[in-house]
Amino acid sequence: MRAAARRRRAQRRTAISAVSTIVVLGALATWILTAPGWPDVRDTFFSIDDFRSSFPDVLRGFWIDIKLFVIVEAVVLVLGLFIALVRTTRTAALFPFRAIAVVFCDVMRGIPTILLVYLVGFGVLALNLKGLPTDPLVLGGAALAFSYSAYVAEVYRSGIDSVHPTQMAGALALGLTRTQALRYVIVPQAIRRVIPPLLNDFIALQKDVALISILGPAEAFRIAQIDASSNFVYTPLVSVALLYLLVTIPLARLVDHLQARSRRSRGGAVAL
Amino acid sequence: MSDSTVLEVRGVTKAYGERQVLRGIDLAVREHGAIALIGASGSGKSTLLRCIDLLEDIDDGDVLLDGEVITDPSVETIAVRRRLGMVFQAFNLFPHLTVLQNLTLAPVRAHGASRAEAEDRARELLERFGLGGREHDYPDRLSGGQQQRVAIARALATRPRALLLDEITSALDPELVGEILQLVADLKDEGMTMLIATHEMGFAREVADEVCFLHDGAIVERGDAEHMFGAPEHPETQRFLRRLLDAGRL
Repeated sequence: MRAAARRRRAQRRTAISAVSTIVVLGALATWILTAPGWPDVRDTFFSIDDFRSSFPDVLRGFWIDIKLFVIVEAVVLVLGLFIALVRTTRTAALFPFRAIAVVFCDVMRGIPTILLVYLVGFGVLALNLKGLPTDPLVLGGAALAFSYSAYVAEVYRSGIDSVHPTQMAGALALGLTRTQALRYVIVPQAIRRVIPPLLNDFIALQKDVALISILGPAEAFRIAQIDASSNFVYTPLVSVALLYLLVTIPLARLVDHLQARSRRSRGGAVAL
Repeated sequence: MSDSTVLEVRGVTKAYGERQVLRGIDLAVREHGAIALIGASGSGKSTLLRCIDLLEDIDDGDVLLDGEVITDPSVETIAVRRRLGMVFQAFNLFPHLTVLQNLTLAPVRAHGASRAEAEDRARELLERFGLGGREHDYPDRLSGGQQQRVAIARALATRPRALLLDEITSALDPELVGEILQLVADLKDEGMTMLIATHEMGFAREVADEVCFLHDGAIVERGDAEHMFGAPEHPETQRFLRRLLDAGRL
C-alpha cells in the first residue's frame, strides 16, 4: 500500500519536472528564435557549412591545447606540492626558501593570468638569454604553470593543514623524522582530501590554455579567431567552445562524483 | 630482576605563556615498574608525558632515559623517541593505512627492519591482542577498543624501552575499558616499564606500583595504591577521590 503510494508520488514528481522543463526551454527557445537578429546570428555562428570546412583545422589546434594542458598540469601538480611543502617547513636555515615561496605565491596569484602570459611570453623572449627557450608554446606554458602552481600550492597547503596535529604527534612518537611523517602520514591524507578542489583547478587551467593564443601559436582559439576576423564567420569559435565543453563537462561530473564520495567516507580511508 | 631506573624526571617545569603547567615534577620509573599519574583534567599529566617523549620542550629540569639526559638540546630527539613508545587518548592511528601498515611503518622506516621482519612481528602482536585476521582492515572498520589495541600494538612494534600511556581509555565506551585494562595488566606482568596518565582508577589500583596525584602541575601526594585510595593525606587528594566516589567512578 505504502509502496504503491510512494510510487505514485514519484511518478507525479517526474511528470511535473518533465512538463516544467518543456515549458521553460520552449519559452527560452521562442524568445531567442523570434529575436530580430536571430537569422544573422544563425548564419554567422551556427553555419553547418562553415563548421564542416573549419573543423579539421580547429580540431588540430585543439590537440595542441590538450597536449599543453596535460604537460602544464603535470608540472603544476609537482611544483605546487613542492611549494606547499617548502611553506610548511620549520627549520630556521630554510627561511629564505620559505620567503621565496610566499612571495612567489603572492605575485603569481596577484597578477591576472593573461598579463602573466604576456609578460613571460614577450618579456623572456626580449631578454634574449642563452639557454632559455624561445618557443611561445613553452613560454606560455611556463606562465600558466607558474600561475596555477601558486593556486594549487594553496590547495595542497589547506589539505596539509586540515590533517589533525595528532597525526603528526603519532608519527613523531613512533620515531619517524618530520620529513618521513610528512611523506608517509600527512601528505597522503592531505592529497586524498584535496582531490576535488585540485580537479576544479584542472578545469580552470584546461580553459585558460586558450590564453597562449595571444603569443601566436596556432591552437584552436587562435585558428578560429583568424577565421572570424578574415571571413566574418564565427562558427569556428562556437566549435572551439563545443570542444572545450566536451572536455570540461565530464571533468566537472567527475569532481561532483569524487566530492560525494569523500563526503560519504569522511576520514578519507577509502583507497583512491 | 634488576632495580635500575629507566625513566627519571628531575625538577621539570613548563609554562604555556603565563600559565605554569608543570611546577617541578620529580619521579622515577624503575625497570619493569609502572607509575600511574592521576589528577583532574588540566593537572599536567598529559603535558608531562609529551615532554618526556620530547613532543614538547621543557623550560627547566631534566628527563633521563637509562641515565642519559634526553632533554639536553644536543641530544637527537628522533633517536630518543625511537626508544620510547607512546599511546594516545585518541589512538592517532593513520586512517589511510591498513592495520598492518600502521604497525610496520615505523619499524621499517625508522628502525631499519626488513619488511618481512616487521610484518612477522606485527602479525604476532595482532594475534596476541585478539586482532588476528584484521591486518588488512582500515582503522575506521574497527571498534574503539580494537583501534586502541592496534595503537598499543603499534607502540610495541618498535620494542620500546618504556611505554607512555596518555589517557588511553578516556575515549572508549565504558564497557570497552576492561579489555584495555587487562591488556595493560598483562604487559606489566611481562615486565614492560610504564608511565600511565589516567582517569581510570583501575589502572592505578591493579597495574601501578606507585600512584602520583598531580594537582595544578605538581605532584602533591604519592604512594602505593593502598595508601592513595585507602588513606590519602593531602586535602586535594582527598577532595579528588571524593569527587570520583560521588561520580561512582571509584
